[in-house]
Amino acid sequence: MIPEIGHFALILALMVALVQGSVPIIGAAQGRTAWMDVARPAALLQLALVTIAFLALTWAFVVSDFTVLNVVQNSHTAKPLLYKISGVWGNHEGSMVLWVLILAAFGAAVAVFGGNLPPPLRARVLSVQAWIAIGFLAFSLLTSNPFERIFPAPLNGRDLNPLLQDPGLAFHPPMLYAGYVGFSMAFSFAIAALIEGRVDPAWARWVRPWTLVAWCFLTAGITLGSWWAYYELGWGGWWFWDPVENASFMPWLMGTALLHSAIVVEKRDALKAWTILLAILTFSLSLIGTFIVRSGLLTSVHAFATDPERGLFILLLLCVTIGGSLILFAIRAPAVQAGGLFAPVSREGALVLNNLLLVVACGTVFLGTLYPLFLEAATGDKISVGPPFYNKTFVPIMVPLIAVMAIGPFLAWKRADLAGVLGRLKLAFAAAVLAALGAVALEGGPVLAVLAMGLAAWLIVGTLAEWADRIKLFRAPLGDSLRRARGLPRSAHGMTLAHAGLAVAMAGMTAAASWKVESVQVMQLGDSVEMAGYTYRLDRVDQVQGPNYTSDIAQVTISRGDRHVARLTPEKRLYPVQQMPTTEAGIHTTGLADLYVVIGDPDEAGGWTVRIFHEPLVPWIWAGVLMMVLGGIVSLSDRRFRLGAPARRAKAPAGATVAQT
Amino acid sequence: MTRKRRRLYMVLAAMSILAGAAALVLGALQSELTYFYSPTDLAAGSAPAGRSIRLGGLVEEGSVERLDDGVTTSFRVTDLTSSVPVTYRGLLPDLFREGQGVVTEGSLSADGAFVAREVLAKHDENYMPREVTDALKKSGQWRDPTEATE
Repeated sequence: MIPEIGHFALILALMVALVQGSVPIIGAAQGRTAWMDVARPAALLQLALVTIAFLALTWAFVVSDFTVLNVVQNSHTAKPLLYKISGVWGNHEGSMVLWVLILAAFGAAVAVFGGNLPPPLRARVLSVQAWIAIGFLAFSLLTSNPFERIFPAPLNGRDLNPLLQDPGLAFHPPMLYAGYVGFSMAFSFAIAALIEGRVDPAWARWVRPWTLVAWCFLTAGITLGSWWAYYELGWGGWWFWDPVENASFMPWLMGTALLHSAIVVEKRDALKAWTILLAILTFSLSLIGTFIVRSGLLTSVHAFATDPERGLFILLLLCVTIGGSLILFAIRAPAVQAGGLFAPVSREGALVLNNLLLVVACGTVFLGTLYPLFLEAATGDKISVGPPFYNKTFVPIMVPLIAVMAIGPFLAWKRADLAGVLGRLKLAFAAAVLAALGAVALEGGPVLAVLAMGLAAWLIVGTLAEWADRIKLFRAPLGDSLRRARGLPRSAHGMTLAHAGLAVAMAGMTAAASWKVESVQVMQLGDSVEMAGYTYRLDRVDQVQGPNYTSDIAQVTISRGDRHVARLTPEKRLYPVQQMPTTEAGIHTTGLADLYVVIGDPDEAGGWTVRIFHEPLVPWIWAGVLMMVLGGIVSLSDRRFRLGAPARRAKAPAGATVAQT
Repeated sequence: MTRKRRRLYMVLAAMSILAGAAALVLGALQSELTYFYSPTDLAAGSAPAGRSIRLGGLVEEGSVERLDDGVTTSFRVTDLTSSVPVTYRGLLPDLFREGQGVVTEGSLSADGAFVAREVLAKHDENYMPREVTDALKKSGQWRDPTEATE
């Protein structure tokens, strides 16, 4: 009964979406207020209906209703509750319902918080949101119904893929989807602006916080996935330039560009058409990202079994959305008037450079990801594009981006004095040279790695110097500086935090890629191995029974000289339902490095294969990304963006401190 | 600064960045692609020795052996027409099994054996790498695993 209610609610949601997608936008075109007013209740009703459907599916998973095919295929009674719930989105059908739920939630947010938006814009935005919902609801209902029944019902389910039974991955898809779907806001606003032929700073004041919300979710989502791969796969790596990873990284790059160009629209009323294009491209890449994982088009180490029959529908959906919006852009973009002028050396100029580099970098990732498809279609050759390709294309493009990133925030709007700014970056330059020399002295190694460490230092010191400059740290009495820091807009603090976070993460990524040490050996119980100054001793291996698996848990003691450092318990689990083994790495972090141990199979003589990694600065990656997300959140708390806070109607008088981010 | 001048600067900047990126991409496409071969391709001697390639097929039944050092595994990858000996030093992925599909990356040594640097894992029991499916289809040995396992 409950699954049918869910199914029915999903169908009703499609009906509501059809109304929401047509009536308000026609009303906006003809100036009928009553028609436009349909949008808000419709958006709320849609959220309510999709929530019912989602809860119905969750219910089926929680009570293990094995008359529902989806539950049979992805759940098992012995599974812990958390994974019963995460099983809802651990499969294709359920993940589509989650996608639509998040979409409906964003639509409802426009309805609730959009009180101060001009009614025609709000009506159009909500209609465009409904078009997206129509596509996805139809896809879900026609090709991947999550509520399909099975008869006769089996006694138990086939369990969720054990690799997915992990807290990191339980929350990875919702985060990632909130990011992907969050960009639909920017997309809907872009399409609405194209229809209206008008973009004003009020438009950007709406688009930017929502893009920032999406960006924070996407950043956190990608990182959770990467973190999961790091500790769960036991390969000691955290990023593999795999098509599935790239699929989530491309909207991130484009979204980051969008975030920065929207600033120019908001502050300077320039780059409007460009920003609209970025909004369309970002959401298009999000759609491609959603489907690349599922379509089976690309071979990926992260690929799960797929159903190619959905491919056609997906392709159609992508063509209509992406093609349609780009055509609309081509027709209507000239109607969007160009805004303020600026010199090449200016804050705007730096942000344009940031945009160009990010978009081109995204282009190289796109090419690397899809080139195997093109080549196979053209010549029949099968190839794969791996990390060496990206190291030679993506990485060099990032170098000037990071170099400019430290300079950009110092530049004034409209026209800036580059020589003066570079003068203020002397300290950063000195830090960069010191870091590079330090890297050579400590580790030596590849030129690019040394350069990257220098750049990371340049970025963090440059970023902090800009912040110190603004609050006149050490140049004014401390109390004065503190007062200034309080007076600084939150978005300025947010930017400093996010940029500094990138520097920290970059140092981590560079060190992990360049100076990782690895060894594989067979160890008898009691054997020790020495690596990077630490001694690893295999003490014992026990067999342990988990809730729905059995596990070989090893105890490895790490010491440094006479000092005890840590005891790690790497595991090898076997999930009997799917007959599938998984690896749980044992990781101890010192803050400067991760000590990472994986246990393999036993041999006849009672020894165990043990793989040990010394992973320098990997914790910095997670810390840096956390800083970036926190920076985004701090920025969101800025007064200008606070939800529901009335937008300041009156223009601030010239010369008043207009927030500088 | 007129609007035209500004646009000119922006286009010039965009062009130079694009040109630089295109040069990087073209260079990388020359040297950094990894081609995929089936065991039959390798047996026919069409693969260059020393260059990094991918080899995919099924792990031959009964061929998996651990060598004396304890951490090197040797096995044969087959498309049921030809098979190629492979050695790999390291931990095999969790889902590595005899009779299952596998993709390995490495290079061909002078004596015709394949030295794998990486054995690619699958995340999913039912998943068969597309290249492996195609290699089996090419050798005429493909049968739909979903029919066999259900």
